[in-house]
Amino acid sequence: MEDRSNQEQSTKIEGGEAAVIQLSRVSSLEKAGGLWCSLRPFYEGCIHFMLFVCASISILVTVGIVVVLLYESVQFFYDVPILEFLTGTRWSPLLKPQHFGILPLLCGTMLVAGGSAIVAVPIGLGTAIYLSEYASPRFRDIVKPMLEILAGIPSVVFGYLAIVFVSPIIREIFPSAGVFNAASACIVVGIMILPMIISLSEDILQSVPLSLRAAAFALGANKFEVTVRVIVPAALSGIMASFLLAISRAIGETMAVTLAAGATPKLTLNPLESIQTMTAYIVQVSQGDTPTGTLEYRTIFAVGLALFITTMVMNVIAQYILSRVGERYE
Amino acid sequence: MASTPSVKKHMQSSDKTTSDHSKSPIVRPSIPEGKSMRTADELAQATEKISVTDLSFYYSENRALTDISLSIPERCVTAFIGPSGCGKSTFLRCFNRMNDMIEGTRVEGEILLEGQNIYSPRTDIVSLRKRIGMVFQKSTPFPKSIFDNVSFGPKIAGIRRKKDLFEIVERSLQRSALWDEVKDRLSESALNLSGGQQQRLCIARALANDPDILLMDEPASALDPASTARIEDLIFELKEQYTIVIVTHNMQQAARVSDQAAFFYQGLLVESGATEELFTNPRKQQTEDYITGRFG
Amino acid sequence: MSSKPDIYTTKRRGRITNMLFTSACFLATMTCIFLLVLLIWNIIIQGKGWLSWEFIERLPSRFPDKAGIKTALWGSIWLISLTAMFSVPLGVGAALYLEEYAPRSRWRKLIQLNIANLAGVPSIVYGILGLGLFVRALQLERSVLSGALTLTLVVLPIIILASQEALRAVPDSIRRSAYALGATRWQTVWYQVLPASLPGIMTGVILSLSRALGEAAPLIAVGAMAYVPFVPERLTDEFTALPIQIFIWTSRPQEDFHHLAAAGILVLLVVLVSMNAIAIFVRHKYGKKIRW
Repeated sequence: MEDRSNQEQSTKIEGGEAAVIQLSRVSSLEKAGGLWCSLRPFYEGCIHFMLFVCASISILVTVGIVVVLLYESVQFFYDVPILEFLTGTRWSPLLKPQHFGILPLLCGTMLVAGGSAIVAVPIGLGTAIYLSEYASPRFRDIVKPMLEILAGIPSVVFGYLAIVFVSPIIREIFPSAGVFNAASACIVVGIMILPMIISLSEDILQSVPLSLRAAAFALGANKFEVTVRVIVPAALSGIMASFLLAISRAIGETMAVTLAAGATPKLTLNPLESIQTMTAYIVQVSQGDTPTGTLEYRTIFAVGLALFITTMVMNVIAQYILSRVGERYE
Repeated sequence: MASTPSVKKHMQSSDKTTSDHSKSPIVRPSIPEGKSMRTADELAQATEKISVTDLSFYYSENRALTDISLSIPERCVTAFIGPSGCGKSTFLRCFNRMNDMIEGTRVEGEILLEGQNIYSPRTDIVSLRKRIGMVFQKSTPFPKSIFDNVSFGPKIAGIRRKKDLFEIVERSLQRSALWDEVKDRLSESALNLSGGQQQRLCIARALANDPDILLMDEPASALDPASTARIEDLIFELKEQYTIVIVTHNMQQAARVSDQAAFFYQGLLVESGATEELFTNPRKQQTEDYITGRFG
Repeated sequence: MSSKPDIYTTKRRGRITNMLFTSACFLATMTCIFLLVLLIWNIIIQGKGWLSWEFIERLPSRFPDKAGIKTALWGSIWLISLTAMFSVPLGVGAALYLEEYAPRSRWRKLIQLNIANLAGVPSIVYGILGLGLFVRALQLERSVLSGALTLTLVVLPIIILASQEALRAVPDSIRRSAYALGATRWQTVWYQVLPASLPGIMTGVILSLSRALGEAAPLIAVGAMAYVPFVPERLTDEFTALPIQIFIWTSRPQEDFHHLAAAGILVLLVVLVSMNAIAIFVRHKYGKKIRW
């Protein structure tokens, strides 16, 4: 033992000397020695710049979307007056005589979005409340991965299900319904946006502080009263934001709607009829061999612009609400 | 309340994890033999390592430190004491410019390290931080192996040879009195160490850079008494080679380990001097009130 | 009896509403699970008879019993590999800039808001962008490269957001310690922050790529072909992808093609579920080891 500590003492002294030597070597703070040291700020600067470029690409993408959409749309609006585009009630750009009124497409889109919200909102909110307030941790651990799987199922699969599974059932109940109908699209899109509503709303419900629950229970409220009178109202704006995001997702939903809802632009609110949405129209034109630079080709940019603006506005509102919710409890 | 050697003896022998592997199972008193507190005369003779002149520090518009002047002698332990929020930690972080990371901070006045201004625009922060090591209040091992933790500093300084790195790791761990406890498991995750071991690992990690100054921001406040005692012993050993500046809110600790003490209150340096004098014979009423526990 | 209520009895009405509400919420949850099981069960029933090794190896065909998904599968593999190559460095780089480098300024806030909104832009809009930018402006034509670049734009915001979350989970004390040891910003990021956040980033990347694998809409917009009788060999080759093949088969009226579509969906779902499983595995295995 004595030996070892002696040994250590000697290493320590050696170390001390090394330290002294090192000191004299680097006594200046403006370290001059070594190529690496003089290159270091340059190297660091390069990396900083490269990462900055990566982050800026997101801005470029937004600019790119706007520029591409506007560039072709402006040329489209040379030929079709913007008023006619926004107020016309017939949409038939691919057939003579051509009509360029976007209202039927908009109507179809809103029909699907509204219908899917009617399907998804009650189930989604109920599930979110159950998972957040009632479910045991073990039950949550089982259900949440299942919801993740549901969220991960691609949209084209839901299109398949609408045609092969949902639509026959609807025709069984309502014999007047066509093979392609808005109702089957509403149902599958509703199922698609369910996981989104559930996970967002559940996060919001969970962020309601425990103290609020405790206070309500302390006043003698039962679980139902606490949930419905205290927690849900406290989380209401956030829940609304999650609905907005989900509806915006439904508006942008493409493959399922293209397959299920058909390709006949119609100004109708009857869910049993075949309709066409903005997204489905874009797919329809993309699939064909429309030559570049024609009026028909440009319609997809004009419709794309309308779609982009609609979803963007809803997203911005939702983000704004969510950012305010975040601040409130911090 | 003062922790006497006998109290410490009891605590250390009850610390099973460390006593088994400890390099000296015989318990040392809190002041190791042959190493004593520097006297006022010795302090006066010691070379000046860091000199602070009229330093003021601002968080955006709020002044956190006002006109502080202080001299820190070489190879001594200087303790900063004072109630929480008095600016002692902020002051400590000025020495290695850790405050630069906080946006909107501003420094006036100067800190000279062996005559060179730390806040000169020509100062290279990286080489500054290699010369001035720092240990934080909460031990912060990287989520990597013990070896990787200690060798991180030398590695980023450009030392690549495994043999050199191993030498440095061994030396640093020996100096921080951790070598014997971990020498057989250098490749294990550092997160498996106990709290006190983690803190000594952080000290070893700082020593691996071969600094000449060691800043310690309440290094023992999150530790149990036995681990605290080990850290304090370590500080005594380290001051033979390093200049140590320690922030503590524990006055007994300051009295035990430091040679010089400085009392801060509301961003002002109220009084500084040899620890013995400051604690036994404070010149200012505020200092006396704090030391005797009347506020703080 | 005193007028004060007895602590052992509840108001009957309150108890009933409470029970009804709880059951309604539970029913909603069970509906979700039931739907998932029903949908997947339906696909399995429809597709299992058609799923075989030949189905995976055969080229596409007009005749249902000779059709296979070889070109579609290879097209998807090409797309996903290229997309990963483009989107992961870009996405992680952008996340690093935003979390580790950017000062908390208006500019950073703007980028952040922009990314959150890009994540909500419908994928078909990215398809139109890809059509205007890659296919037409950059003259890349209807190639695998155009498709992969378009998918990169689709998943980029998702990868950035997931990586940012992973980076934010690394405690600041790690960064402080590295800086205090004289590490530069990049050394801190490269040696400490990135390794510590890698499991989280990996999880996000895998989930985003599985999203890219299921996307059909943007690929149709940039002009993926319905019928491609060969496997792509160069970046400029025409291509098809698994979701597109499924879409084509589903839109045929004949029953047999629907079975083919179901078999294709089964292949796609198996790949997606395995990717999800890997992500969950990574999250649990490496996420738990680090306790701060």
